[in-house]
Amino acid sequence: IHFVLLISRQGKVRLTKWYSPYTQKERTKIMVMNAQLAQVIRELSGLILARGPKLCNFVEWRDLKVVYRRYASLYFCMCISQDDNELEILEVIHYYVEILDRYFGSVCELDLIFNFHKAYYILDELLIAGELQESSKKTVARLIAAQDSLIETAKEQSGSISNMIVQATK
Amino acid sequence: MNPFSSGTRLRDMIRAIRACKTAAEERGVVRKECAAIRAAVSENDQEYRHRNLAKLMFIHMLGYPTHFGQMECLKLIASAGFPEKRIGYLGLMLLLDERQEVLMLVTNSLKQDLNHTNQYIVGLALCALGNICSAEMARDLAPEVERLLQFRDPNIRKKAALCSIRIIKKVPDLAENFTNPAASLLKEKHHGVLITGLQLCTDLCKASEEALEYFRKKCTEGVVKVLKDIANSPYAPEYDISGITDPFLHIRLLRFLRILGQGDADASDCMNDILAQVATKTESNKNAGNAILYECVETIMSIEDNSGLRVLAINILGRFLSNRDNNIRYVALNMLMKAITVDTQAVQRHRATILECVKDSDASIRKRALELVFLLVNDSNVKPLTKELIEYLEVSDQEFKGDLTAKICSIVEKFSTDKIWYIDQMLKVLSEAGNFVKDEVWHALIVVISNASNLHGYTVRSLCKAVQTSGEQESLVRVAVWCIGEYGEMLVNSTGMLDIEEPITVTESDAVDVIEIAIKRHTSDLTTRAMCLSALLKLSSRFPACSQRIKDIIIQYKGSLVLELQQRSIEFNSIIEKHHNIRSLLVERMPVLDEATYNGRRAGSLPGTASASNGAALNLPNGVAKPPAAPLVDLLDLSSDDVPTPSPSGGDFLQDLLGVDLSPASSQSGTIQAQKSGTDVLLDLLSIGTPPARSSSSTSDILSSIQDNKTSSGTLERLSSPSALSAQSSSPAGGSPIMDLLDGFAPNLATQENNGPSYPSIVAFESSSLKLMFNFSKSPGNPQATTIQATFTNKSTNIFTDFIFQAAVPKFLQLHLDPASSNTLPASGNESITQDLRVTNSQHGKKSLVMRIRIAYKANSKDVLEEGQINNFPRGL
Repeated sequence: IHFVLLISRQGKVRLTKWYSPYTQKERTKIMVMNAQLAQVIRELSGLILARGPKLCNFVEWRDLKVVYRRYASLYFCMCISQDDNELEILEVIHYYVEILDRYFGSVCELDLIFNFHKAYYILDELLIAGELQESSKKTVARLIAAQDSLIETAKEQSGSISNMIVQATK
Repeated sequence: MNPFSSGTRLRDMIRAIRACKTAAEERGVVRKECAAIRAAVSENDQEYRHRNLAKLMFIHMLGYPTHFGQMECLKLIASAGFPEKRIGYLGLMLLLDERQEVLMLVTNSLKQDLNHTNQYIVGLALCALGNICSAEMARDLAPEVERLLQFRDPNIRKKAALCSIRIIKKVPDLAENFTNPAASLLKEKHHGVLITGLQLCTDLCKASEEALEYFRKKCTEGVVKVLKDIANSPYAPEYDISGITDPFLHIRLLRFLRILGQGDADASDCMNDILAQVATKTESNKNAGNAILYECVETIMSIEDNSGLRVLAINILGRFLSNRDNNIRYVALNMLMKAITVDTQAVQRHRATILECVKDSDASIRKRALELVFLLVNDSNVKPLTKELIEYLEVSDQEFKGDLTAKICSIVEKFSTDKIWYIDQMLKVLSEAGNFVKDEVWHALIVVISNASNLHGYTVRSLCKAVQTSGEQESLVRVAVWCIGEYGEMLVNSTGMLDIEEPITVTESDAVDVIEIAIKRHTSDLTTRAMCLSALLKLSSRFPACSQRIKDIIIQYKGSLVLELQQRSIEFNSIIEKHHNIRSLLVERMPVLDEATYNGRRAGSLPGTASASNGAALNLPNGVAKPPAAPLVDLLDLSSDDVPTPSPSGGDFLQDLLGVDLSPASSQSGTIQAQKSGTDVLLDLLSIGTPPARSSSSTSDILSSIQDNKTSSGTLERLSSPSALSAQSSSPAGGSPIMDLLDGFAPNLATQENNGPSYPSIVAFESSSLKLMFNFSKSPGNPQATTIQATFTNKSTNIFTDFIFQAAVPKFLQLHLDPASSNTLPASGNESITQDLRVTNSQHGKKSLVMRIRIAYKANSKDVLEEGQINNFPRGL
């Protein structure tokens, strides 16, 4: 996987993760390209859903492929090499969405906007260097929960410290 | 202290940005936030550091510059607490990429964190390293990662495995260190570790042949067993995806087996059974199952031959192809492309279905199917396939027509058995989608027509019919106009009728009508109009009765704002009016175009462009940007250079013959035009007659082409009369009758003759910051010695100091460098450094000069080194 993008129906970028080196300029270009893609896909699927089978979820781009899948208002795009398994990537996307869903409790776009960092943390438990690292949703959930609780503890501690300071200065 | 759960300010900012109605408003909010963050950064504010970084990441995602936050990431990573590190690493991965030098500063923190007692912090560091590590970091931190492959917690082991992949991708030499620990990961039960371990082993095999051998010997059986277990495992809720236990693990096992089996019969044997089992037993009604089948088919196709398995695999693909799900059909086409090299016959069986896919409503599927069809074409099926494709061309989407025509054209060209079929098919394509056809295609068509002397009449009549119905297809019109100009009388006399033809009656004025319509059509471009004028000139002699009408049409362009048309109009008019005696000679039919030369050119243009892009870094222009001092000599050099003729090659050759660039007479623009295109006119004309002789007789070439240019009207003449090629050497006399057509030609001629013996300056080297020009002079007595004056110009805005130029030459040359005029080069080309080089060529006349150069200087107190090779020296030095 070369990069992961989340793009809303309006073409707004919600998450970007790059596993291959791209310059900032290329990144912007890709994002714009994908945003347009999302628009085109939206228009097309609107047209075509009504009749016949739906379009396939792969778009060829340069010498790579973008696999996308739409969930409500969000397009999840992953870019892979020509000889990677497209069908598997669809599963990876779905797997990521399921974990997000479980974590946020029926996830919606707003969750991902306001808690974008959490979406990133979860993605980091799923993929490293563009490769899948875990196939068990339970394990991912457990790891994320453990790290979140570390944060909570740290917060409580510092909270108690600042409380002490506040009390001491009274 | 955590900004995300307690601090509302990140939330507030996101809300504020989302509330913006316009882009300008959003920019305003972002600018304000960025200013605040900058202030906090410069005050070294600690309390809100992670909140600020989180905001920056959001701003970054919106596409605003956030480089000022990079150091903040490093500070957060260096702090002690987990929350700070977590957001710091996230920022690091998001805001930086591996090329940034800032990244080097984080190596130390990473090293500490990889040895941290808290395993989650180790995990963070591994994750960051795996995503952004550079080659230097990979070298520095490889031992830590290697050690972590044996860490007690499996979650760290799996992260370390993926991190190792990145490391060996960056530094393949390190592969051998990881081979042993990677092999032991394959024995684990934990799925995450297995998945990542397999991935690591796969990548190790790609990086090192030894690793592949090692795994083949030690792991094949083990991996087969794991696959067997997982394929037969009972329902496991933790890993279940639509009824299949861990398809991700399945896929990685199959992929690894593919690599082990490829090129090794024993290993392939070992996995046959399990592959057969997976191929037959896997459920194919859900995507996950199909993903496994797809991977399995690919493995079967790649490992050593087993015909039974292959039949199974092709059958699976056949099933895929008839699936209703477009995704499945897409991957089937994809896989059939690979299978075609293994078993063409089996793929041919699905031809009908594949052809249907070309007509699919889905662009990706169409594209794949078209490529596959292209591969399936052979001598026996080319006719029905082409027919199908051309029929589909009529109804296909606009955006697909470009691809489709290109493929049809290359199929037709590649497999045409007889010329009439070729011409028929091309006419059909041009009539349907002439506007999508590339120039080479219709150029090639004209060459073929020109060579098919028994089909001239048939072709011109078919074209005439086609153009009546499809006059909006530009390239069809061009071919038609050219043919009518050449073979107009056959159109009218119905000469060379074929049995299959329906007779048509076309009068002379009908033929002129066709061209008049074409020239007046507002969508016609310059090339078409120019071709129309040439065709009219030809017809004026062929159809004497229409001569007056043709003259009237030509005269209308006397006032054209387009120089080319105006010039043609005036010249042609003058030919028609004043030069009856030579007109018929002038407009004689073109000599048959030489197919071999044309094809050679076309083939040559491909490596030509490739070498141009390879050389882009050095940017040694080859006659493209040469100064106009003595273009003629220059131009001739192009033909003898090792490098193929630069960009305007194949296409121009024919264009020139068609008279498109026929503009030698304008003395003002003469030199420049000569460089761009006029050049090729000369060259190409020369090359038609004597392609092989070119390199051997360079001096006579120069001579004769100077003469050529003298009678530059001679190009005109030569275009139309085959005898002109042999008349070339006696041209000063032969060309004279036409000379008076071209007023103001004499001065041009004079300069060119004067410049004859000298050599053109060249741009020897050019980079983004520096330009190097060479001027050449020779002392009369010594042909072997050349004095080169090198002129360096600074294109950048920085002063260059400590400027040193070095050059090296092969053994047959001797080089002496005089001291340079200065070692400081002021900015922006204000001044230049000059330096003389004296070269003695002991193989003078046999070999051309070549030189390797190196230029060192300091810009902005940084050392810069630029290197290049110069091989565009003029010949004969």
